[in-house]
Amino acid sequence: MRVLRILLEKEFRQIFRDPAILRIIFLMPIIQLIVMPLAADYTVKNVKLCVVDYDHSSYSQKLISKITATDYFQLVDYTDSYEKALKYVENDQADLVLQIPSSFEKQVVKEDKATLFMALNAINGVKANLGGAYLRYIIGDFNREVRLEWLQLPRFSPQPTIQISALNWFNPTMNYQIFMVPGILVILVTMVGAFLTALNIVKEKEIGTIEQINVTPIKKYQFILGKLLPFWVLGLMILTIGLVISRIIYGINPVGSILTIYVFAAVYLLAVLGMGLLVSTFANSQQQAMLLSFFIMMIFILLGGLYTSIDSMPEWAQIFTKFNPVAYFIEVMRMVVLKGSTLFDIRVHLATVFLFAIVLNSFAVWNYRKRS
Amino acid sequence: MKQDLAISVSKLTKRFGAFTAVNEITFDVKQGEIFGFLGANGAGKTTAMRMLCGLSFPTSGEATVAGFDLFRDAEKIKKNIGYMSQRFSLYEDLTIRENIRFYGGIYGLTDQQIKTKTDFMVGQLHLQDQINKLVKSLPLGWKQKLSFSVAMLHQPKIVFLDEPTGGVDPVTRREFWTLIYEAAQNGTTVFVTTHYMDEAEYCDRVSIMVDGRIDALDTPIELKRKFNAPSMAEVFVQLARKAQRGE
Repeated sequence: MRVLRILLEKEFRQIFRDPAILRIIFLMPIIQLIVMPLAADYTVKNVKLCVVDYDHSSYSQKLISKITATDYFQLVDYTDSYEKALKYVENDQADLVLQIPSSFEKQVVKEDKATLFMALNAINGVKANLGGAYLRYIIGDFNREVRLEWLQLPRFSPQPTIQISALNWFNPTMNYQIFMVPGILVILVTMVGAFLTALNIVKEKEIGTIEQINVTPIKKYQFILGKLLPFWVLGLMILTIGLVISRIIYGINPVGSILTIYVFAAVYLLAVLGMGLLVSTFANSQQQAMLLSFFIMMIFILLGGLYTSIDSMPEWAQIFTKFNPVAYFIEVMRMVVLKGSTLFDIRVHLATVFLFAIVLNSFAVWNYRKRS
Repeated sequence: MKQDLAISVSKLTKRFGAFTAVNEITFDVKQGEIFGFLGANGAGKTTAMRMLCGLSFPTSGEATVAGFDLFRDAEKIKKNIGYMSQRFSLYEDLTIRENIRFYGGIYGLTDQQIKTKTDFMVGQLHLQDQINKLVKSLPLGWKQKLSFSVAMLHQPKIVFLDEPTGGVDPVTRREFWTLIYEAAQNGTTVFVTTHYMDEAEYCDRVSIMVDGRIDALDTPIELKRKFNAPSMAEVFVQLARKAQRGE
């Protein structure tokens, strides 16, 4: 054990002596957690709208002012030429064109029926989709108002109306940040764990000190533990910083126990560090290690359920996420933070990630060669 | 194996694919000897040395180092040897004291032993004022002397030095060889590669590798006589000129 202590002593000295690493460890979580959830919001705002009004009636005016009253839309131009409106779309100055036909008011009043035309700039699919949906909703609302004003309602509605009232469990206000912040925290812990471990060991390969270590009677497991433990501690430190930030800035108080999060994180980090270790046994330079880790991380993060729901992925991708530790931690974080899940509830996740840790580390230890 | 042999090598070979880096070399090194391991760049010196240190698996052949079989007991060999590689391999971001503590600790020295060793080394190398400075701030010559002392920290039976004086000024080289002599006098076997032919003259015995083979092995005096050459440099040139493979 003395050898391990000597190794840890040296590792911590080097980490805390390197200002670049310290900056990554402390500034990265702060900046990512403060900036990302605020900037990367799913709610689409500022949809640039161009209205082509052939009607110029009081109703068309009412509709337009109803639309622009929300902060979802920004009126780019009010014109009476569809060609001109399309130019805006082509130049990417407008996302949406709403065309009001010439006899709009008359049709609504006399014929109880009107058609509006909507053209979407679908280069940004998400924006087009959501912008279109908002607009449809507002027009639907406008429609109801008009009918109320003009139609004599029969005592009993000829068509039954079904009202839906919804209640959002676990995140009542559908707060997007409560959903994102725990996920981003997972990414942070993962990146620091995997990247720093891989880079640290490969750096020793690059400068040649690993050879000096390999020529000593040190045991493989001692060397590897000496490398993993410091980053395990750092990973938990980052998690702590992240939890504090999400509490102070976003007021996120996990419904479940903090201890549950730490127990899972402790096991999860072993898996992540094992992955970093494995990368380091394959890479011979820091560039290689960086690119390889980055490649793996990209896949894990994009298929980890942070940005897109795993349930809506194609089946093959869903099968893949079963082998993605990041997906497990994101799910566990959301379960514990939002729903208050206990260790018992996440036992399957915990066991699976533990298995990952064993497999990845065994593979890495096996692949680490003191002798080539 | 004979008791007074530190290293005994027989037909040791290392192949990388179709390329034979070390081709059936056979030699013995006596205990306490300073053994010069010479050869042109690419002749296979470093590969041979890495095999003897247990850093590289031999393809075939036999060898015992410090009384242990190279194939079966490489980890036991490692307790008994010191190694100074061609590349500087102390931690530049640690101080001299921290480096000594780290390597001493890995070899299982106690805190007390480390302290004694540190004091001794610092005195020997006149590093009193530098002891708490980062190693990267030291000039190359001092770094090399420090590396050597760190390789000797656990009092190994054999020390392997791979071009320890490459790029070092003549004064420091002389000082370095004083350290080597001291080590040899204390019974440590020194296995050293070099490109400086004046250093070859300091060795008890010298082997010269050409294209993965050992083409000559004897005392410097004998070699000069055999090749009818005034200096080791002349001997070396005569042999190395026959090399088929480039760098």
